[in-house]
Amino acid sequence: MSETMNTDDAVVLAPARSAFDQDWRKIVNWGLICALALIFVSLTDMPDKLDKRVIVEPLLSMGYLSLIWIPIALGNFVTREVVLEGMAQHKKGLRELVAGVSVGAIGGAGLALLIWLLDTRDLSDPLVNWNDALLEVLSFGEGVGYGAIFWILASAGLGLAGGALHLLPAIANRLLFAISLTIVLSASLESALDDISEGFQLEWLFEALFEKKGGLSVQGAIILAVFAIAWVLFLGGQAKRGRAAVAARRELSPTKVNTVGLVLIAVAAVVLPMFLGRLTNDLLTNVGLFLLLALGLNIVVGLAGILDLGYVAFYAVGGYTAAIMTSPTSPGLSPELPWWVAIFVVVFMAIVAGLFIGAPVIRMRGDYLAIVTLGFGEIIRLTVRSDWASGFTGGAQGILSIPGADIVGIATVKGTDPQQVLYLVIGFVAIAIYVSWRLENSRIGRAWMAVREDESVAEAMGINTVNSKLQAFVVGAILASFSGAIFAAKVGSVFESSFKILVSIVILVIVIVGGMGRIAGVAAGALVLVGILGGPNQPGLLAEFSEFKLLIYGALLIWMMLKRPEGLIPNVRRSRELHQDEFLQDAWLKAQADDDDDEAVSGEAAPA
Amino acid sequence: MSERLLDIKNLSVTFGGLNALSDLDFHVDKGEIVSVIGPNGAGKTTFFNMISGMVTPTSGDIIFRGESLLGLDPNQVTARGIARTFQNVRLFANMTILENVMVSQHCRTKQGIMGALFQTGGFKREEQEIREHGEKVLGFFGSRLVGYRLNQPASVLSYANRRRLEIARAMATKPEVILLDEPVAGMNPKESEELTGLIGKLRDEWGFTIVMIEHDMGVVRDVSDRVVVLDHGETIAQGSYDEVSSNPAVIEAYLGRPAEEAS
Repeated sequence: MSETMNTDDAVVLAPARSAFDQDWRKIVNWGLICALALIFVSLTDMPDKLDKRVIVEPLLSMGYLSLIWIPIALGNFVTREVVLEGMAQHKKGLRELVAGVSVGAIGGAGLALLIWLLDTRDLSDPLVNWNDALLEVLSFGEGVGYGAIFWILASAGLGLAGGALHLLPAIANRLLFAISLTIVLSASLESALDDISEGFQLEWLFEALFEKKGGLSVQGAIILAVFAIAWVLFLGGQAKRGRAAVAARRELSPTKVNTVGLVLIAVAAVVLPMFLGRLTNDLLTNVGLFLLLALGLNIVVGLAGILDLGYVAFYAVGGYTAAIMTSPTSPGLSPELPWWVAIFVVVFMAIVAGLFIGAPVIRMRGDYLAIVTLGFGEIIRLTVRSDWASGFTGGAQGILSIPGADIVGIATVKGTDPQQVLYLVIGFVAIAIYVSWRLENSRIGRAWMAVREDESVAEAMGINTVNSKLQAFVVGAILASFSGAIFAAKVGSVFESSFKILVSIVILVIVIVGGMGRIAGVAAGALVLVGILGGPNQPGLLAEFSEFKLLIYGALLIWMMLKRPEGLIPNVRRSRELHQDEFLQDAWLKAQADDDDDEAVSGEAAPA
Repeated sequence: MSERLLDIKNLSVTFGGLNALSDLDFHVDKGEIVSVIGPNGAGKTTFFNMISGMVTPTSGDIIFRGESLLGLDPNQVTARGIARTFQNVRLFANMTILENVMVSQHCRTKQGIMGALFQTGGFKREEQEIREHGEKVLGFFGSRLVGYRLNQPASVLSYANRRRLEIARAMATKPEVILLDEPVAGMNPKESEELTGLIGKLRDEWGFTIVMIEHDMGVVRDVSDRVVVLDHGETIAQGSYDEVSSNPAVIEAYLGRPAEEAS
């Protein structure tokens, strides 16, 4: 078994170490981490709350998945080694298995302890989830002894599996990863897939994969696994080559656009909403609203480097302006403008708000600026709620009965029809993408980048940094206000509680997790966070997760910062910045070689 | 006598009791190459920072083409026609080489957001001009910064090429006067000899007036029309290289500092 380990010839293999030649202290440490993680997840009540979300009926639910990945991952990590080029690596063998089992068993023992304590003690006072329901889930209703022994054995087994991943060849690891990802993702997307399959007349396919009461059927899981294997083995390589070719072209002419891709996306954006059901359309509308916000913030933070933590302020300005301008029942001013006229007022108000907040703030730098914008985000919301402004904004009662968005000569978009709203959102997202793209490759976009790189030097190179930053701030404000105006038309009412600080944070997390400075990255971030997990007030596909949304956001953010700080789909420039050392090492070696050539060339053709 | 471009009058600055520069008094005529030398801490870079508007003088005045530069922001000084480089090379490292010279033409161009969004004729023409001028400026250094290099980030450049790009970036702002802060620091003798030649060409072919801080006396001797010597914030000598180098006060200031005497 151990011979199959590494197919990579470059790695020098040393003989496997004995199974008992272990770093026992490390194993105990990881085992305790495993136990703590299992207990923590149990006490958040994920196993109970997510139990109804079935992944594969009747084998696995999200609830149990929230526990079982822990021993697998930690059983694997405990024997993970840093691979250095040219360093002898030991063959993997029994030693890895023993370490994995030990970590898993210690973790399982921790969970067993929790089960015993759940049965004998009552700590429900500080720990709200300390109840019989949790005990029931953890012990499968078969009693404490059964549960304890089951988890010790199961966790040890999972740890063993985690350790065994080291012994498998790389391709097998890739296949296993692809299979798990496909299955978990398909199960997560179940309701959306249900919805989409109707539009495309593919109910038969959906029924073949999923059980009626929810979750993949066993045969469905097998079909998906086969599909994943086929993808990795046959198509994966081609897709990779295609991407590499695109990347190479991008390197040569960075501003060039992939026309074919653009046309495909445009066609999909026009055609797809017709085939989607109510649920998916509504979901994508939420994704689009946050994408619009994230694209705006991407200009402010990603391009100009202004860390704005109060971005929700402009979303609120857009929402409230549209509400006041269009609603017949808005308390103070009520001009009842059509929505498309109101949008001009919205833009005007966004510019005013951008200048009003920006002018004092923009002279600050870095952390100071972030803190002040954080304050302004709340100030706008509290002003809206205050007695002083409630004559116009309705205070805590908000503004109701906002008619939909009518676009003169084209259509009247009713907020209650998600498909129409989605088209409206797509239109504005397209505008935002166009604006981001054009501005990035322009005089003002380059000035923003220079300011982000080094503000004092940008100033010394003749850039009025205050003006440039203010322009970025205002452009961002306008895009956010569009999102707010559509939101008001969609929901039909605005309340100050929709514009809390959490919205700012979610938008920022979308930009960071997705990939700052890259439009595709921001879109991916919005899809994953708002689409699957759900926005601050909007349910995502995994509605059961809403309680754990912030926990998962936080965990995701920390994990991304550690492992992939440049985001899911990174901006070339930014990932270069974050991996400066590795990148420079390569580049310098190459440049040294180039310079030698250059010297030879310029030596011959010395400037006359 | 040729046109007086830059007139420094009794310029002083104190940083909390320390006289970083006191009563500096000299002028630069159009088409001159003036070197400012002096031991470390003599106030040379502070002097540059004051001209470029990054440090406000305590007293005195800086007159450029008959107008005072006092109270202007650095970007306004650059717009008036004074560009600079930095002693500790400060490029926009993650922008490409071409972008570095394009962005520094900011104050000579005027297309705004609307031009970019609607891709007006004026915008396209201006982009074209910015790009052409950028490439022309980079071409000043031979083949080193052009060709496939244009779209590479500045961070990949070797040290000497970074210094060259800094100068190119200053040239791109279309200045009258370029302030060079130790242009050959860290270069090998061959590179610094080549750059010395280029500094001469900056004046002769491009018509720039140059004020240069330099420790390398070989370079100073080869290109300077005049030399100003600072020590502890005071001007101790002014004149041609030969006059200054035989001045006892200068010799005293440099004595016992072998690192400064190199070459």
